[in-house]
Amino acid sequence: MSHDDVLNPKEMPHEPEKATHEGQNKFLGFWFFLGGETVLFASLFGTYLALNESNAQDPTRSEMFGLELVFIMTMLLLTSSLTSVYAMYHMKNNDFKKMQTWLAITVFLGLGFLGFEIYEFTHYIHEYEFTFQSSAMGSAFYTLVGFHGGHVLFGLLWITSLMLRNAKRGLNLYNAPKFYVASLYWHFIDVVWVFIFTVVYLMGKVG
Amino acid sequence: MSTALAQKRGLGAAIWDYLTTVDHKKIAQLYLVSGGIFFLIGGLEAMLIRIQLMQPNSDFISAGLYNEMITMHGTTMIFLAAMPLIFALMNAVVPLQIGARDVAFPFLNSLGFWLFLAGGLILNCSWFLGGAPDAGWTAYAPLSATSPGHGVDYYVIGLQISGAGTLIGGINFLVTIVNMRAPGMSYMRMPLFTWASFVTSNLILFAFPALTVGLFLLMFDRMFGSAFFDVGLGGNAIIWEHLFWIFGHPEVYILILPVFGAFSDIFSTFSTKRLFGYSAMVFATVLIGFLGFMVWAHHMFTTGLGPVANSIFAVSTMAIAVPTGIKIFNWLFTMWGGKIRMTSAMLWSIAFIPTFTIGGMTGVMLAAAAADYQYHDTYFVVAHFHYVIVGGVVFGFFAALHYWWPKMFGKVLNEKLGKLAFWPFFIGFHLTFFIQHFLGLMGMPRRYWTYQEGQGLDLGNLISTVGAFLMAIGTLIFVYNVIYTAMKEKKVSGDPWDGRTLEWSIPSPPPFYNFKQTPLVRGLDPLWIEKQDGKTGMTPAEPLGDIHMPNGSFLPFLMSLGLFIAGFGFIYQVDHKGWLALVFIGMGITLGSMLTRSLKDDLGYHVHKEELEEGGGNHES
Amino acid sequence: MKGWMGKFRMLFLFGALSLILSGCGVDNISALKPEGYGSELLFDLMLISIAIMLFVFVIVMAIYTFVIIRYRQKKGQEDYIPKQTEGNKALEIIWTVIPIILLLVLAVPTVQATFDLADNSGSEEEGAINIEVTGNQYWWHFNYKGQEISTSQDLYIPKDKRVHLTMKSTDVIHSFWVPSIAGKMDTNPGDNQNTMSLEAYEEGEYLGQCAELCGPSHSLMDFRVIAVSQEEFDQWVEDMKNVDPEAQPESDVAREGQELFNNNCMSCHAIGSAPAGVGPNMTNFANRSKIAGILDPTKENLVDWIVHPDEIKPGNQMPSNLVNEDEAEKIAEYLLQLDHTDVTPESAEQN
Repeated sequence: MSHDDVLNPKEMPHEPEKATHEGQNKFLGFWFFLGGETVLFASLFGTYLALNESNAQDPTRSEMFGLELVFIMTMLLLTSSLTSVYAMYHMKNNDFKKMQTWLAITVFLGLGFLGFEIYEFTHYIHEYEFTFQSSAMGSAFYTLVGFHGGHVLFGLLWITSLMLRNAKRGLNLYNAPKFYVASLYWHFIDVVWVFIFTVVYLMGKVG
Repeated sequence: MSTALAQKRGLGAAIWDYLTTVDHKKIAQLYLVSGGIFFLIGGLEAMLIRIQLMQPNSDFISAGLYNEMITMHGTTMIFLAAMPLIFALMNAVVPLQIGARDVAFPFLNSLGFWLFLAGGLILNCSWFLGGAPDAGWTAYAPLSATSPGHGVDYYVIGLQISGAGTLIGGINFLVTIVNMRAPGMSYMRMPLFTWASFVTSNLILFAFPALTVGLFLLMFDRMFGSAFFDVGLGGNAIIWEHLFWIFGHPEVYILILPVFGAFSDIFSTFSTKRLFGYSAMVFATVLIGFLGFMVWAHHMFTTGLGPVANSIFAVSTMAIAVPTGIKIFNWLFTMWGGKIRMTSAMLWSIAFIPTFTIGGMTGVMLAAAAADYQYHDTYFVVAHFHYVIVGGVVFGFFAALHYWWPKMFGKVLNEKLGKLAFWPFFIGFHLTFFIQHFLGLMGMPRRYWTYQEGQGLDLGNLISTVGAFLMAIGTLIFVYNVIYTAMKEKKVSGDPWDGRTLEWSIPSPPPFYNFKQTPLVRGLDPLWIEKQDGKTGMTPAEPLGDIHMPNGSFLPFLMSLGLFIAGFGFIYQVDHKGWLALVFIGMGITLGSMLTRSLKDDLGYHVHKEELEEGGGNHES
Repeated sequence: MKGWMGKFRMLFLFGALSLILSGCGVDNISALKPEGYGSELLFDLMLISIAIMLFVFVIVMAIYTFVIIRYRQKKGQEDYIPKQTEGNKALEIIWTVIPIILLLVLAVPTVQATFDLADNSGSEEEGAINIEVTGNQYWWHFNYKGQEISTSQDLYIPKDKRVHLTMKSTDVIHSFWVPSIAGKMDTNPGDNQNTMSLEAYEEGEYLGQCAELCGPSHSLMDFRVIAVSQEEFDQWVEDMKNVDPEAQPESDVAREGQELFNNNCMSCHAIGSAPAGVGPNMTNFANRSKIAGILDPTKENLVDWIVHPDEIKPGNQMPSNLVNEDEAEKIAEYLLQLDHTDVTPESAEQN
């Protein structure tokens, strides 16, 4: 019984990500990991909420934040979540090419998001001199949003390297769980952003 | 990889084997040895503290050094001794108790260990590189944020790295217990130690990220000029207290629950009785874990949260006494009507009951929010948590090590020496800490470098120091016992205690694949059930076949080494930006290793049926 | 016996318990010898909790002792297999319900006491004494609100009167603790100000300490609360309001000392009602019972402290060797004659 036979069955099962024991472990382990990540972001949100009015010399949130740009970013990220769903749909149908295509679109949208975020940060820094060091609110803002941005960046690198690594050999039961948890991660990032959009930007603009 | 290299003989091969191992039993040994060494270091720090406090106005060590000593004593004991020893036990026992051949993520298991070790070594490097952290193990801001020198930087980086290792370990055991149980091993048939490990892993998963964030904030404030705790720029020092205790209180249960589990197994085995009220015990364990998250602010009664918050947290804290009480009574009634064999493991367990009852009672007293205005940050608190952590966790380690030593190393620790170690430690423990309840109430705050004459504190402190020396003697006898046993004692069978659970159904130490055939579990205490049916071992749940095993890997060590290097870069880039080079080199090693891990297929190997039949598949030896 | 449960004490046999406990420690330091409103309330709460806990402990230990004696394996029992009991519903319910009841019994007075001590409504009343407490590394500053009185290290209060404190810190977190008359409360930096109250039943000099790790000299941050009679307190207030910070000392040496003090020390220290500076306010220095919180008030000690503060309180802000020993002697001479009132720690001890 060689590994190749096991990992490349004649007929791919419907849920290739959970077809092997290792895949099941990875799947469950990653859910637990996301549980931990939730606490991480909850702590960051808590910190931000405690400091969001401690702007010292900086302008207040409603003076700085604009919703237009952030709305575009939200749309980009939400769409990218949807495209990663398509990718997983094609993975379950064992259509590797389509999966790669949709993943590429996901990465592209994610890059767009990241670009806008960098633009947003430089805007605040140049326009308002609102930095990581200028006030406690600045520290909390850049830490929370920056942690999310860092997660986006990591996710992009992760998905890209998976795509490149497996471009030639296609889908098997060894890499299917890897693709699947990467897409889970991407959804998680998206959900966190929805909270950031609400708590940081909407509440910042209104409250 | 491991198979080819393991052909080499000698010390080099052995070291390489341990550097690359992903076998949970060997990782348990690594955790045990490093945790044990850190325990001795932490103990040495404790002795220096006690010598300093032996008489009033002493200047045996300076005030600054004293603060470093208390900080490192607390941090070392909690993060570098107790945590790895917990993981040592979990690694050694949990897969065997559930009938698994390994953990769910052998690679991550090894990574968790090396990260812990890297963090612990960084932290202790501080002693030689300009001074250890000195803001207390709780590192309250702004004291920690403004503490001069690099001490607290070492604290932040060291704990961040070892904390990541712990988190990984926690996830690993969660998945192991959910996914890897043998056929028939339902949740309500799991031994209490496995249950406790499961709950503890949950606590690790949901508590450690709060510490991670707290450490990041402190790191950013100290190294990158942010203002989380800088009141001048609107910062708020209380955030640290919340984040630290949201982690810190569950941490207490992370430590105590596994030893509760171990005690349950030990009481049951050495009373030759089924655990009394098994389902209540499981329920109590889960409830303690759950309530553990609801009580963090009881460490902050004097912070000024107001009477409403204080009252809520007071009552929720008291509620924990109920499941804890259930456990105490169930243990007593496990022994009731049984046949108590007074082995060393049982001796430590029996000593634990009154000790922990006292610790629990002072815990309830501390929960009375208003009264805490007197207890808080005094020696009363010091006495309380040493009753819980030494009287609970350390007694538990000694008991569990005596109990599982034969399973880990194939030899029973010498019983005479075991008892000889117990008595000085036990007496010394009560001598050291009982009097401290009174010292606290008589007006001695904790973390005091010295106290003035004429305050009525002299005699109590002297007694306490004498007790500490007795504890040290007990510890040394235990260490001697370990060496003596390794040299002189004979190998024993797989089941020296007339055990009840799965780990006793296989040889001691177990073969690297644990179970030649996965056992079929027919109830709680599966081995006991088979014994009662007149069988000598478990009934297999599968025919003899190939066993799939994971490959060893050097990558976990490399990843941790990278972070170790980068850690120094982070600490010293504050002085000179050139140190950022270390950050890039270190992170490069780590991320490169991660990329390698992600891109290079690692499919493991098979131990073939024929090898197993030949008598054990000596694949690795 | 002014505690809220004074009359119930005998009923619960707390008398005996409280007698044993109050044998511990030194008067005016120990929390087990309550001499004020807060500490007595808390002592009562401690007694209730200890009594409940002892009750539980006795039961546990009784079962425990019985079990380990009775069920220890005896000779000839090697092959005996005990009955494998699964549990006992009735018993398990008993040891779940009884602790819940006991905890409820404890929870009620706990919540009461917590709200009682947080009640700061008296601070608004006419004639209330409000004091701002500031923790510093490693000394305490007291500012009597609306009175223009600033002092450091010694806190004068009238006995039998509730004094209201608001607390903050200029640097790290400290905790203000006077065990024998009240509990403790943290002093936080920034806007997280806390409140607490003090009331001493007897005149006396009560030791106060810092109870939150604040740096190397954390253990040397002692202060004193001096409770005097109302008349003496009024006198003290009057005297303190009329301090002349620039008063000329009588002796020549002291005058030289004043000159040196003004030139070297005034940038941090102050005399009179000036607001809190970087260092302690020196008003009424001659009447302090300790120098720097811990040293006996001799001239020798004071000189030592002025020249080598870092050797006595490591990590403190006062520069070492700012003046030489001769100059320090003169400054000491000056400081030790800053006797601004006849109300001193001795007045508190006369009764």
